[in-house]
Amino acid sequence: MSAKLEALSHNLQKHLGDRVKSLREALGEVTIEVDAADYLVVMQTLRDQPELSFEELIDLCGVDYSTYGNVQRVGGRFAVVSHLLSISHNWRLRVRCFAMDDNFPSLPSVTSVWSSVNWFEREAFDLLGIVFPGHNDLRRILTDYGFVGHPFRKDFPISGYVEMRYDPEQQRVIYQPVTIEPREVTPRIVREATYGNV
Amino acid sequence: MPELRNFTLNFGPQHPAAHGVLRMVLELDGEVVMRADPHIGLLHRATEKLAENKTWIQSLPYMDRLDYVSMMCNEHAYCLAVEKLLQIEVPLRAQYIRVMFDEITRILNHLLWVGCHGLDVGAMTMVLYAFREREDLVDAYEAVSGARMHAAYYRPGGVYRDLPDRLPQYQESKWKSAAQIKPFNEARSGSLLDFLDDFVGRFPKLLDEYETLLTDNRIWKQRLVNVGIVSPERALQRGFSGPMLRGSGIAWDLRKKQPYEVYDRLDFDIPVGVTGDSYDRYLVRMEEMRQSNRIVRQCIDWLRQNPGPVMSDNHKVAPPDREAMKSNMEELIHHFKLCTEGIHVPEGEAYSAVEHPKGEFGIYLLSDGANKPYRLKIRAPGYVHLSAMDEMVRGHMLADVVTIIGSQDVVFGEIDR
Repeated sequence: MSAKLEALSHNLQKHLGDRVKSLREALGEVTIEVDAADYLVVMQTLRDQPELSFEELIDLCGVDYSTYGNVQRVGGRFAVVSHLLSISHNWRLRVRCFAMDDNFPSLPSVTSVWSSVNWFEREAFDLLGIVFPGHNDLRRILTDYGFVGHPFRKDFPISGYVEMRYDPEQQRVIYQPVTIEPREVTPRIVREATYGNV
Repeated sequence: MPELRNFTLNFGPQHPAAHGVLRMVLELDGEVVMRADPHIGLLHRATEKLAENKTWIQSLPYMDRLDYVSMMCNEHAYCLAVEKLLQIEVPLRAQYIRVMFDEITRILNHLLWVGCHGLDVGAMTMVLYAFREREDLVDAYEAVSGARMHAAYYRPGGVYRDLPDRLPQYQESKWKSAAQIKPFNEARSGSLLDFLDDFVGRFPKLLDEYETLLTDNRIWKQRLVNVGIVSPERALQRGFSGPMLRGSGIAWDLRKKQPYEVYDRLDFDIPVGVTGDSYDRYLVRMEEMRQSNRIVRQCIDWLRQNPGPVMSDNHKVAPPDREAMKSNMEELIHHFKLCTEGIHVPEGEAYSAVEHPKGEFGIYLLSDGANKPYRLKIRAPGYVHLSAMDEMVRGHMLADVVTIIGSQDVVFGEIDR
């Protein structure tokens, strides 16, 4: 671990203490996991504490862990992963927070901490159905007006449920059930770590 | 006294100044914008979902189609992320080639930007000049990858092939005689490096020409100066990066601060703006082209002197060469496994970012050890910049909206993904 990452890990432990559920350093990146209850406080500290000072939220994305490693997973299905960047210290951090309820995933919004998160949270809501209480404009963003479902969930088929076409009789664009069959050219295979002596 | 009320205007999605398919609902008070609500997603293709169903190498060409004016930079971020997960070394020559093409891409992007921004604001000539120079660079793309736009040239482990020794020539036809063609073919008579060398020699003078046309132009300044000012604090809050952040006076460039590939061996400067208005962002981008030109020149010099492999020799990642494959059983197996099943990337997660012409372009990869990514997230700079649109246009005139869209340099391929 380089000196910089060590300093970062040390500062994280110093200022967040027990709020950090796990701290991992891999591939030159530091990842922390926090509980949903602490999420907002942790994010606030990460920005405001001068020894951490993550001025920028670079990215926030939702992840659906339900088929991770080709096994069905129960509990802790949805997580939100944010990437933070500190301009003054020149370091990065990844924060992961699991949403408790699989049927209604919900995490507090951090729009009050970073304005840039606004559209990222809308996107996570749109694509994965994660709700962010405290977000004042949680509309769909990337999918069509009136879209049903959350397309980036693992149980959503890649071809979708409906397709659009122009109907010459009704003289308007209509939706109908998809007519294409899902097709997998290369199957998804998880090999053991030592496969082929890489 | 008649009752006055605000006027709602629908801008786009078919507006020529919207740079693609941006639909914006503008609330106007007279000619002053009170609120802007960008509606995006009209070009959404769910690239990230598609990538989950494709092998690691198959989703590489999708990267070109994200920001379709800076193709190779997108590929670069993706390759870096995969290489980080695989923990493989890329040959030095491949790193130089990548850096050279990243900078060519930056010039391509900024040339298109200055041309289109000019068109939006009323400087009709600029686009013609910019496209004249783009033509040469696009030819370099074609020479190296066979495609003028969607190159798919970078691969995890290096680049697809080495730089070509000769370029395609213009042919004599019934419209153009041999004498007419000769000047066109002059720069193309040598290798690709000779061709680029000729370009970098010409380009600074051409940039001066652009600047005489625009920098002190009264109309240009009237349209850009003090339009869309972003303070450094707000720029950080809004997650800005690249020229948008530097225009606001923050000297932040990943090529300097978190150098990847061989940027730490190259000599270049980072331009920084003062006021954070559209004009400063224009100046920053113009200077970036000069600096990119410098970098390309240094790369050419290095590449001339140092031949070598351009692809990793780890055949679990990169396919073996054709000849070896046809004479050697083990290579044949490697080839077969790579082309049917693809690379296996160890379990883990990685985030890699490059200094893309538009800002920080990042790829977050989550792998569960399969031959396909478990989750791919593309961090597109334009998405973040466009989300600040409302803040930037408030209180400006309707015509300034066009200037601000132009100065954000948005491309919908990456925003809608």
